[in-house]
Amino acid sequence: MIHLFTFKDLNIVTDTESGAVHVVSGTVYDMLSAAEHKKDRPFCVDASTQREAKEEIEELVREGLLFSEPVPEELVSPELREPVIKAMCLHIAHDCNMRCAYCFAGTGEYSGERSLLPAETGRNAIDFLLEHSGTRRNLEIDFFGGEPLMNFGVVRDLVRYGRERERELGKHIRFTLTTNGLLLDDENSAFINEHMDNVILSIDGRPEVNDRVRRTVAGGGTYEHIIGKLRRFVKAREKAGKLYYVRGTYTAYNKDFAEDVAHLASLGFGNVSVEPVVTSAEEDFALTEADIPELCAEYDRLADLMIEREKSGAPLSFFHFNIDLSQGPCVFKRAAGCGAGTEYVAVAANGDLYPCHQFVGEPAYLLGNVNAGNFENRLFDTFNTAHIFSKPACRDCWAKYWCSGGCHANAVHMNGDILRPHELVCALERKRLECAIGLAALAQM
Amino acid sequence: MKQIKTISKGSVKDIRNKGCGECQTSCQSACKTSCTVANQECENITTKRR
Repeated sequence: MIHLFTFKDLNIVTDTESGAVHVVSGTVYDMLSAAEHKKDRPFCVDASTQREAKEEIEELVREGLLFSEPVPEELVSPELREPVIKAMCLHIAHDCNMRCAYCFAGTGEYSGERSLLPAETGRNAIDFLLEHSGTRRNLEIDFFGGEPLMNFGVVRDLVRYGRERERELGKHIRFTLTTNGLLLDDENSAFINEHMDNVILSIDGRPEVNDRVRRTVAGGGTYEHIIGKLRRFVKAREKAGKLYYVRGTYTAYNKDFAEDVAHLASLGFGNVSVEPVVTSAEEDFALTEADIPELCAEYDRLADLMIEREKSGAPLSFFHFNIDLSQGPCVFKRAAGCGAGTEYVAVAANGDLYPCHQFVGEPAYLLGNVNAGNFENRLFDTFNTAHIFSKPACRDCWAKYWCSGGCHANAVHMNGDILRPHELVCALERKRLECAIGLAALAQM
Repeated sequence: MKQIKTISKGSVKDIRNKGCGECQTSCQSACKTSCTVANQECENITTKRR
């Protein structure tokens, strides 16, 4: 399988089964397009140019870089994986000091009571992760919420505890934290910058865009309360040479989201991610499949912004346009995806275990409790067998080895079927990958 | 080649000594609502580069 697209003035061809990427002449592009669609077309170039193009195509086919055969599925199937858990989303607070309209956690409480994670439950969660990590050395714990800074004493305690336990067991825990920034101060920032491998800072972009959906408890805008704190935090974090992302959600209210990325970049944020909202179609701000052309055009505008900033000496890192064409993850990882329900779990503030943060509070997905010490991953097979080889839409998708099959929770919540990825998100993922590959190709021309 | 410039030969078919599971879980990186792996690195390669 191949995929043909144009990016700026480049004709690009990708070979799905090898991951090869080529920039080709118009003649080669037309020939491959005709071959892909099994159509004979007249070519408006002379015979020697056609012959040369044909020979070059045949050489790449011989080398396994065009129309290559698939990797034998039985050698790389995620179903060969051991039942090991290596990553945890730890819900430090089922409470939040913001009231964002699109929050999948309700407004922090995940359809339960507002509560904070007790330190003992957190320690039990860390013990659970270590006990189930098998031979994996690198483990991950994301301090998540609600808003984790509302319970920051427990975060400190758990980092200390995690460091002690990892030394005892010869493991390495990577701590990360996701925050809305409202409670950032110099003291907690210093601790975060010392101990967190990555920090995700939530802000949607321009003040009016952010404030329309990201509200205070009293109903006011949040931008003016957080922007100074985020800038101060990032300045210190960059000085420490540590990774961060400012992360926004875009909705039907701001389909011109490239403007929001530009706004964030103009404030000095060098690492930005924005994600499409996933919500009920009944919401005013929901995105629909009718929005796809407009959203794809916006990703093109965002790519233009990246090119401009690169030329001006102030490059911007946009999370979904980063791509490692030289190596990237192995095929086992590419086939398996996010690991929810297999190697990744979420722990709620009361210690309940779920396949990932997006299932927290749903009784059908409850897997046990770290305090009670009961855990039965009865959904392991459901999640373990949901991969790019088993999802019909993925099998024939050119992007499968870069995308890895889409979000399980989105598939369940939007389509009621873990094997049926959310079509809107698929379309946007393919577009983002075209931009990412295009930018990488442009850099090599 | 005059009409084709290969940007990358890809690594999908390289299955030697892989599948160690030491790399970052994709959803933890910055998104929490998507699943891309394109922007992730192989832990083995990254460790060797350090």
